[in-house]
Amino acid sequence: MAKQRPINLNLLTIKFPIPAIVSILHRVSGTIVFFLIPLLLWMLQTSLSSSDRFIDLQDLFNGFVFKGIIWLFLAALLFHLVAGLRHLLMDCGFGESLKAGRCSAWTAIGLAVILTLLAGIWLWVN
Amino acid sequence: MGKLTNVTSLTGLGLRDWLVQRVSAVILAAYILFLIGFILLNAPLQFNDWQNLFANSWMRIFSILALLSLVMHAWVGMWTIATDYLKITWMRLIFQVAMIVALFAYLAWGVAILYRGF
Repeated sequence: MAKQRPINLNLLTIKFPIPAIVSILHRVSGTIVFFLIPLLLWMLQTSLSSSDRFIDLQDLFNGFVFKGIIWLFLAALLFHLVAGLRHLLMDCGFGESLKAGRCSAWTAIGLAVILTLLAGIWLWVN
Repeated sequence: MGKLTNVTSLTGLGLRDWLVQRVSAVILAAYILFLIGFILLNAPLQFNDWQNLFANSWMRIFSILALLSLVMHAWVGMWTIATDYLKITWMRLIFQVAMIVALFAYLAWGVAILYRGF
């Protein structure tokens, strides 16, 4: 391999194609979900332990910070789910061309944004 | 590096890891969509509906299946991320071992929640 090829690893000047951005976000979102699982397990434990504690947990949902963390979790989960479905479709042989890959990457972002907004509305209205 | 890579991966075989990640993804997707559907259809969620759901044997089995899928899915995923970004061997090993221990703790905690207090 030639050693004199120009190398640019400056993250601020590298141009990321949209499928690369979706790929990185898939990793970031999966990592967020991984680290927030203890919170989800704690919520499951609390919600199932008694009627009073179930209501305590519902009260906790009224707090802005708690609601925000749940929204972050849902945003990560929904994005990971949508981007994952895109991967599964590609594994099955759908949309493997460059053009289709770009198109499905944008679709995944759009769908995840819409679902995250809906989740936010549901969280703040309920 | 090759040796360590095989030691900490889920199955030690890339193609098997790949398949496990996809099968577990389908189970997790089904579980997540089911829970979202249940919560939306039963809104505002009441304690009795919620507890009755998790009192069903099939729901406990479904939940444990999802927990096992989570362990395997996150193992493959976090392992991949660690091998890509953590270039110092001892740091990667510590991270991967801690991640695997955490996942087993998630599983044990989840099973304990499902079989306590009903």
